[in-house]
Amino acid sequence: MALKQSTGKRIGVTVVAWVVAFLIFFPILWTFITSFKSEIDAIAMPPKFLFFNWTLENYFEVQERSNYLKFAYNSIVLSIGANVVGLLIAVPAAWSMAFAPGKRTKDLLMWMLSTKMMPAVGALVPIYLIFRNLHLLDSLFGVGVVLMLINLPLLVWMLYTYFKEIPVDILEAARMDGASLLNEILYVLTPMAVPGIASTMLLAVILSWNEAFWTLNLTTTNAAPLPAFIASYSAPEGFFWAKLSAASTLAIAPILILGWFSQKQLVRGLTFGAVK
Amino acid sequence: MATQQTTTAGRALVAPSVILLFVWMIVPLVMTLYFSSLRYSLLDPDNVSFVGLQNYTAFLTDPDFLTALYNTLVLVASVLVISVVGGILVALLMDQPVFGQNVLRLMVISPFFVIPTVSALVWKNLLMNPDSGLFAWIARSLGFDPIVWFTNWPMLSVIIIVSWEWLPFASLILLTALQSLDEEQKEAASLDGAGPISYFGYIVLPHIARAITVVILIETIFLLSVFAEIYVTTSGGPGNATTNIPFLVYKQALLNFDIGGASAGGIIAVILANIVAFFLVRIIGRNLEG
Repeated sequence: MALKQSTGKRIGVTVVAWVVAFLIFFPILWTFITSFKSEIDAIAMPPKFLFFNWTLENYFEVQERSNYLKFAYNSIVLSIGANVVGLLIAVPAAWSMAFAPGKRTKDLLMWMLSTKMMPAVGALVPIYLIFRNLHLLDSLFGVGVVLMLINLPLLVWMLYTYFKEIPVDILEAARMDGASLLNEILYVLTPMAVPGIASTMLLAVILSWNEAFWTLNLTTTNAAPLPAFIASYSAPEGFFWAKLSAASTLAIAPILILGWFSQKQLVRGLTFGAVK
Repeated sequence: MATQQTTTAGRALVAPSVILLFVWMIVPLVMTLYFSSLRYSLLDPDNVSFVGLQNYTAFLTDPDFLTALYNTLVLVASVLVISVVGGILVALLMDQPVFGQNVLRLMVISPFFVIPTVSALVWKNLLMNPDSGLFAWIARSLGFDPIVWFTNWPMLSVIIIVSWEWLPFASLILLTALQSLDEEQKEAASLDGAGPISYFGYIVLPHIARAITVVILIETIFLLSVFAEIYVTTSGGPGNATTNIPFLVYKQALLNFDIGGASAGGIIAVILANIVAFFLVRIIGRNLEG
């Protein structure tokens, strides 16, 4: 088919594809542009697209007025901390399921997947009450534990699908050459497993960064990460679009860039290996 | 290979994950079930009594609940239709040999990585605001009155925002599935003189059918739990117009302090999600053999 396409048709398809992609991307671009406007330019009618006085003042003000860095710090600690702990628990499990599967391994994997289906509202009331009694509300530790647990099934699953792809024959070859179990793990398996672990971590960090049910309900100020920080801009006291845009740009930029690197893993991770 | 020793070691390695997930799943579920049988208000915490199924009957006969159930289904179904149909179209387009394909892909997938509270507030203000939003300007330029989105079309507004978040996901998964279609099959179809429609119907659609099913099921799981977008835009209003079940449970628990009622709502949400999960787990399980 591709061979027979005329040049005219090809140009047409290219134009349509670019227009569609541009429209889908536009809200992000518009937020980015608005973040450099003054508040007056931000609500100007007709809208100012590119010709306005570009300024960085919103970025400074977002930090000064609402202490952006504290929320960013919470987001980083939560999304990295929760998933590093998660990996420490998930790697051994996925490892043993991939290399020494038992009769029940498949059932166990399916059961882990099913825990992911539990809607958060089903657990909201008891978790809220337990946290209140243990003084874990609005603490990084408390929210971190929840974020770790909601990602754990995904971590085990993704790691399992990666580890499954490591050829077992190579282990036997190493064993024949007289490698000890420790050497086998250090020099043979680890180098082959690292890319899969890194991809898994990347997707898990993105998901934790964007998690907005538990973070909105379990935090107020001390442990609140960026999703809650942005939510504080929903108060209808006047228009602060330029500052909202600056805060939004700061909140999404790091994860958007990480996300661009992780498209392939996203497909595998979010479909639990059902689409590769 | 699986000697007694390795089996024991294997169990020890799997145990922490299993125990943690078991506790995480069972403890809240049992507590929610238990609370759902109590009259228990945080405003009057000393006066707790067993009421059996009364919270469920209260919840299920409450018009607010029926509205929330209806809203949940409308939201899930609309976003599914928009994101799957749109996703197929976008995936077909991105699969063509066009100039700058990689950049296009990055642009299309981007909304998926945006924090839900950001998407919701950006759409509500920068785009949909009836005075200074971009859509209002477009409408005025074309000679129409701007639409007052969140007042007159609250549910549609939420649907648009959530669809924008999920269209990229559907597009990416379907594009991945499309790209695994073999060249030979494509050539055979074109040699047989298949037109674009029969090519799509007989070759493409069957090939991506499973990916479509997976997209539908996974999105349904997430869409049943939409919360942040409603929380920051409409707070469930005006009236109950955009209150879905997660938002209703949140209101009942954390704003009305009715632990019993909220728990009954939570259990109903769990049952709904399980119906979907049942099918999803079977499809993925079938794939696990490979």
